[in-house]
Amino acid sequence: MTCRWKHWAFSGLAALVTTSVYANPEPWQLNMTRGVTATSQDAYHLHMLILWICVAIGVVVFGAMFYSMYKFRKSKGAVAEKWSHNTTAELVWTVIPVLILLAMAFPATRTLVKMADTGNAEITVKITGYQWKWRYEFLGEGVNFVSSLSHQHNEARQLKSGIDPNSVDNYLLDVDRRLVLPTDTKIRFVITADDVIHAWWVPALGWKQDAIPGFINEAWTNIEEAGIYRGQCAELCGKDHGFMPIVVEAVPRAQFNTWLAEQKAAQAPAPIAAPVVVPAAAAAPVSATPAVEGVETAVPVSEEPATAVTEPTNA
Amino acid sequence: MAEHHHAGAHAADAHHDDHNHAPSGFFERWFMGTNHKDIGTLYLVFSLVMFLIGGSMALIIRAELFQPGLQLVEPQFFNSMTTMHALVMIFGAVMPAFVGLANWMVPMMIGAPDMALPRMNNWSFWILPFAFTMLLMTLFMDGGGPAGGWTLYPPLSLQGGSNVAFVIFAIHMMGISSIMGAINIIATILNMRAPGVDLLKMPVFVWTWLITAFLLIAVMPVLAGAVTMLLTDKFFETSFFNAAGGGDPVMFQHIFWFFGHPEVYIMILPAFGIASEIIPTFARKPLFGYQAMVYATASIAFLSFIVWAHHMFTVGMPLGGLLFFMYATMLIAVPTGVKVFNWAATMWKSSMTFETPMLFAIAFVVLFTIGGFSGLMLAMVPADFQYHDTYFVVAHFHYVLVTGSIFSIMAAVYYWLPKWTGHMYSETLGKWHFWCSTISVNVLFFPQHFLGLAGMPRRIPDYNVAFADFNMISSIGGFAFGLSQLLFVWLLIQTCVLKKGPRATPNVWEGAHGLEWTLPSPPPFHTFTVPPQVEDRMLAHGDITH
Repeated sequence: MTCRWKHWAFSGLAALVTTSVYANPEPWQLNMTRGVTATSQDAYHLHMLILWICVAIGVVVFGAMFYSMYKFRKSKGAVAEKWSHNTTAELVWTVIPVLILLAMAFPATRTLVKMADTGNAEITVKITGYQWKWRYEFLGEGVNFVSSLSHQHNEARQLKSGIDPNSVDNYLLDVDRRLVLPTDTKIRFVITADDVIHAWWVPALGWKQDAIPGFINEAWTNIEEAGIYRGQCAELCGKDHGFMPIVVEAVPRAQFNTWLAEQKAAQAPAPIAAPVVVPAAAAAPVSATPAVEGVETAVPVSEEPATAVTEPTNA
Repeated sequence: MAEHHHAGAHAADAHHDDHNHAPSGFFERWFMGTNHKDIGTLYLVFSLVMFLIGGSMALIIRAELFQPGLQLVEPQFFNSMTTMHALVMIFGAVMPAFVGLANWMVPMMIGAPDMALPRMNNWSFWILPFAFTMLLMTLFMDGGGPAGGWTLYPPLSLQGGSNVAFVIFAIHMMGISSIMGAINIIATILNMRAPGVDLLKMPVFVWTWLITAFLLIAVMPVLAGAVTMLLTDKFFETSFFNAAGGGDPVMFQHIFWFFGHPEVYIMILPAFGIASEIIPTFARKPLFGYQAMVYATASIAFLSFIVWAHHMFTVGMPLGGLLFFMYATMLIAVPTGVKVFNWAATMWKSSMTFETPMLFAIAFVVLFTIGGFSGLMLAMVPADFQYHDTYFVVAHFHYVLVTGSIFSIMAAVYYWLPKWTGHMYSETLGKWHFWCSTISVNVLFFPQHFLGLAGMPRRIPDYNVAFADFNMISSIGGFAFGLSQLLFVWLLIQTCVLKKGPRATPNVWEGAHGLEWTLPSPPPFHTFTVPPQVEDRMLAHGDITH
């Protein structure tokens, strides 16, 4: 039935055009996420604009070629013309592409200029890439922690582990300590690395930046919608490049402030190598005297700060 | 030898007959030989072997990525597979294949007896087996093969063990081979054209190779410089790319991509030339816009030098740099578009038949253009921030390199094989190879666009279950594509080794024009030992009014 293919074609097209936030990747996902920031939406719209322009050009050019293959075949008795020039055509198909490119350049430039403006941020987060984990520091707040692939996921991903990835929620996209950030706040990131080049990327935020040892890159974001957003390292950094994910938990400002205060309080610096056993009593917000000054560590802090933040239902 | 009738050219050949055959010793012919046809054959056979090796590495990659979870290989080995797959395909399959085609065809197309520097030509080839032995050997060393990506970014690439030195030496050898080959091409084309073969009457394939050779000479030394700095950083305490010593890892990326971007044009310009030879033949109509094609190729080559940082948009470049490289990259779409329109215009109001070379050439135009579209999308910096280092990039470059470069090489082999061997290949088998390859290659790479857009990074051995479906489809396509190439290998054995198939005429294809089609199929060991008398009507582009 002719209706049926039209139905499938339309569904396919609609699937491509469907705008979804996609906090996490979805099975069969065809298109980029719109994301939850103005930046991510600008990127998405630019992507869609270029995509449609390319589709249009493709339809015209491939249409002409397929029509030619149907109509101008020797077996159908077609006789070849002898011309090999047409100045008008050549001018048209040189000038029109230039105009199309100009049309694309304006929105691209506008968006890029916006993205470059890291000024007037309310908080700054320092991100450091390591082989194979991330460290997050709230500059000036004394909050500093390392975020690694969740233990359960790490077990599952071992070669021939026998554990079915489908049985692990958000397989390879979950961490032991999330980066909690406030919504509706301009947040500046300063990004670096300790060993090799990494890259920090959360698709829902709309950008990625390389983390380069010895150098500092800047970026900014302003998250418009609360939620949990997952990303991955996006620059080959060694054997576990695929196993150092990022989880951002965006919450309203008040909740963020609470979380930050709890982090500050619970932060009890100790030598990096020695695992610190935190007795249950110490989890209460009694200031833990720093044992060794200036030494930061991945303290196995209890889960309470995370649970204190209510998880918004996923979009 | 049978009498051959060529406009005056070979009457004088009679007294050359006693030299006009290959050396009788195997070693003398194939290891010491300087004949452009034999060296062309050596390059093509080498390239086919490398293609199968690189393809096997790809199958290991696709096998691991068939399902989420790690089933087959350790992550480190997986990374060495992605690294080696690229190095083997780029430097071992694509580039030598194009050089092999140049060696075979350029002298015959311009009425020259051989390349300008035949002994250097021999060395250019023979370096390669040694270079690749060195490269592939690293897989068996302690610490394994290089696993930092074919782009060798420091500091990661310097974390390799013994393999670092050997990869660098191998790359140096490949570079020397390419540079010498390029010098040979330029000297041949500029100095040895028969009278009447003016520059703006040369076949487009010759033009694209002339321009490619200049690109090679310009940028292979830059790669050599970049990898030498890696070598000294690793072994001689320099700090070119080490911030602690005052250096900058990003400087490597600039130097590498200054080579790397022209390199990808080195891998596509000859493909453009091949399409420009094949389509007019099977359309029985002159190439549309010959001069525009030449100038567009030159524009693309020039522009290729000023866009390198589009491979580095996320590196932390200032706004001005991002804008410049975005605009320059977008510009390349104009001359490239002109070429695509010209091929389409050649087909318009033509009289086409669809033998295998034409099928591959048309598929090349359509699928390369799709790769070009994703390239244009990648040029848009704000969008690229979401595409960079994802499978969207992997999809893009495989479209332009596999359905682009590789398909054009296959088209060329089908097109010229009857000329080289004197036998027609099996058209049935050729068509099977074409359709199986074309369908499977799209099943393999098209879903990778979606994976990239959905957020799957590159160079990872395992992934979130959301990416499972398209990965499985892609892997199935990959294995189907790999199997399809066995059809090609069988066809080549049938035609070249078993010498099956009806004898080929000099002209082979009804619509073919050019000096090479005036020669017998197969051509004698030495051809055009005396320059041919060239008349405009013998050339495809002899009519200068077009």
